Amino acid sequence: MGHPIKRDHSRFRKIIKGKIRDNLRKYISKGEMPLPKGDGVYKIPMPSIDTPRFRFGDKEQGGTGQGEGQVGDPLGQGEDQPGEGEAGEGEGKKELEIDLTLEELASILGEELELPNIEPKGKKTIQSETDRYTSIGLVGPDSLKHFKRTYKEALKRQIMTGHYNPENPIIIPVRGDYRYRSAKSHVEFENAAVVIYMMDVSGSMGDEQKEIVRTESFWINLWLKSQYKDIEIRYIIHDATAKEVDEYTFFRTRESGGTLISSAFKLCRDIIKADYNKDEWNIYPFHFSDGDNWSTDDTKQCLEILDNEIIPASNVFCYGQVESRYGSGQFFKDLKAKYGEKSEDVILSQIKNKDAILDSIKDFLGKGK
Amino acid sequence: MNRTKPIEGELLELKEEIEVYAKDYGLDFYPVIFEMCDYDTVNILAALGGFPNRYPHWRFGMDYDQMYKGYAYGLQKIYEMVVNTNPCYAYLLSVNNIVDQKIVMAHVYGHADFFKNNAWFRSTNKNMMDLMANHGTKIRRYMDAYGQNKVEDFIDKVLSIDNLLDIDALFYKRVVSSKKEENIEHSFSDDSDLSISLKSFMKSKERDELKKEAKTAHKNADVKRVESKNLPTKDIMLFLLENAPLEDWESDVIGILREEAYYYLPQRLTKIMNEGWASYWHSTIMTQKAAKPADIIHFADHHAGVMAMSKQRLNPYKIGIELFRDIEFRWDTGRFGNEYNNCEDMNERENWDTKAMLGRKKIFEVRQSHNDISFIDEFFTQEFCERMQIFTYKYNPRTGRNEIASRDFQAIKQKLLNQLTNFGSPMIEVISSNDNNRGELLLRHIYMGVGLDLSYATETMRNIYYLWKRPINLLTIDENHEVKYHFDGKELKQVEGRPMPTAQSNLPENS
Repeated sequence: MGHPIKRDHSRFRKIIKGKIRDNLRKYISKGEMPLPKGDGVYKIPMPSIDTPRFRFGDKEQGGTGQGEGQVGDPLGQGEDQPGEGEAGEGEGKKELEIDLTLEELASILGEELELPNIEPKGKKTIQSETDRYTSIGLVGPDSLKHFKRTYKEALKRQIMTGHYNPENPIIIPVRGDYRYRSAKSHVEFENAAVVIYMMDVSGSMGDEQKEIVRTESFWINLWLKSQYKDIEIRYIIHDATAKEVDEYTFFRTRESGGTLISSAFKLCRDIIKADYNKDEWNIYPFHFSDGDNWSTDDTKQCLEILDNEIIPASNVFCYGQVESRYGSGQFFKDLKAKYGEKSEDVILSQIKNKDAILDSIKDFLGKGK
Repeated sequence: MNRTKPIEGELLELKEEIEVYAKDYGLDFYPVIFEMCDYDTVNILAALGGFPNRYPHWRFGMDYDQMYKGYAYGLQKIYEMVVNTNPCYAYLLSVNNIVDQKIVMAHVYGHADFFKNNAWFRSTNKNMMDLMANHGTKIRRYMDAYGQNKVEDFIDKVLSIDNLLDIDALFYKRVVSSKKEENIEHSFSDDSDLSISLKSFMKSKERDELKKEAKTAHKNADVKRVESKNLPTKDIMLFLLENAPLEDWESDVIGILREEAYYYLPQRLTKIMNEGWASYWHSTIMTQKAAKPADIIHFADHHAGVMAMSKQRLNPYKIGIELFRDIEFRWDTGRFGNEYNNCEDMNERENWDTKAMLGRKKIFEVRQSHNDISFIDEFFTQEFCERMQIFTYKYNPRTGRNEIASRDFQAIKQKLLNQLTNFGSPMIEVISSNDNNRGELLLRHIYMGVGLDLSYATETMRNIYYLWKRPINLLTIDENHEVKYHFDGKELKQVEGRPMPTAQSNLPENS
């Protein structure tokens, strides 16, 4: 409703979004992912938007309370428990939590990284029906009355019947002159997209590496979701063999075997063949590993599968190499040797640490493919 | 846009009934106008500090956001809001049931009486509704002229200093626009322009002339190497308004925000008393007069909710009402004065009763002349402290928890008084406007045992720098060392530091 405070409110939201954009790198590298709630709203913790004022330091010695207990007894769980490292952070200063929709969050990401919108390929296959007010009818509710048309009709009628006086141009519409906007149903075809994540879960990929992949995939999903109306996500883990898993398993599995990247590529190829016609789907295979592969033979095999089957089917093939203490990083070199830096079909990115996540996201999404 | 509407029918009758009770008890108030509104409106009003029409600023939107969520998630609920104006506006929430409304009305009459009679409220402008709206209009006009971002950013800066107030300014009359040399005039006369010192002022013509002079003077020397008059001062908003190199509209914005800050100041000084007094009266009026037998359970439930004690924080409602009741009891039974205080026979003290029956009279006096500090200082007794089970707590870094630190009366009282001193804000004053003979501003933190948060201080000084346009220096005490910080517009540096002469002093050094 129209109270002026709503303007203050939208102003506040704008400031907040600016702040989130400014701090996006920090958020992303800290791996703090906003959690979507049921209705697709993302919660983002938002510290320190408060006005700075002189205030007492955090060595401030507690406070006063009321109730039972002996000296030395803990106060118990309460609203004012200071978080770790910031004892007594002021008098019940609540941390702000900001709700953002997927679109808002994605647009912040897009603005910060200057991401181009994706040019989808393929036929639009998903049908969606929308009503559009594109025609004019003789009946309708007042709220949809088309004034210009109505007056035009009235003018025509008045000229025809000789009631129009150019000296005194008064036009009065009557019932029959009324025109209304009316809706027509349109069937629209949307683009469909699928993201296939592949990750090496062999022993050399540690928790930190997986955390990076998780953070990165979150933001990639977010962006792609904002670009495509409908999106499917598939997960493949592999060591020497590959299998398809759900999201939960994807990020939590740790195997100890060796690494045959081709196993994942084969499975990826099979999934594409079975479920996703490349003429209808925008296909995004992502592969994350630390760059170790068992043998050069296997790498050769990988490149063959990529060349002949995966790349022709995909919008773009993305390889992210997460640096790990154990990985040789050889696979990146191999891919780079073959496809170079500027390939249109293959995007390579090296992710040294958490701080590099944002740049890596830009590598992957910056081409608008 | 009518978001609130006057009460009518049953509620109006109820209001009249309760008003009569309140008057019979001797409460004295400006006319009270009750308006009914829905929860969205009450959230809006609460975010705007009680006034439907204020200047545009994002933080109102932020507060609204918080209130709205707090309500939507069931974390908090505002029952009532009352505004210190004449007539006194009070808002009722339409979803409350009739017993709640009764309690709220009785409570509101307590506040209304307090607003009218407490000495600290004497200088508040009772026409604040109009004034706030005027401030809104002015600031919107500045936004039209200079751009919303520019004005809003400036307001952000000024809000940084809106707690740097001088409580004494509530009582003295200062003729700011006077061209005379001596422009402080202490006055306790009770004429209506008592509050003149707190008025924002445009004084356009006079100011313009002064400005012109100042500007020409300014061009001649980049830095004003002059010691300002009337130093030291705690009224830093006024100091900057008068002495910082500001545009006219900027001075006016500071004046506006300063006036609003001083308007809210008495409420910050009397939180415990004000809520205690209102609670005392809603309880008294309800239990003795207004509550019907069928209302009692609901009343008790509601009242108990308001009075809930917390281990983390003292509930001002609870402490306030109990203290008023304690005072009433003590003065009814004659437990005051030398004779009682010197009595050492515990048994005699326990059963002391002179049938003085002065309690009611006493609490009316107390509500008139005290603020929270003097209220606690004078009436917070050991017996009361023990009965209320009050303790101090401290964060224990070893266990990572807050733990009860003491149940010693003196320690608790000292802690309470410390928390209340200067409405809980650090006391900061300007001592020099020409520090180092380079036109730098010298601030002093009047130390009372707790140091400043340096990261906040840095950001605050950044904003003051923006206004003053010259470096800012700050004297404070950090871990028993007197230190001087220098803020050059970019970062905060410690420039001097030496151990304090005495090991520790909890007393403010008198300046």
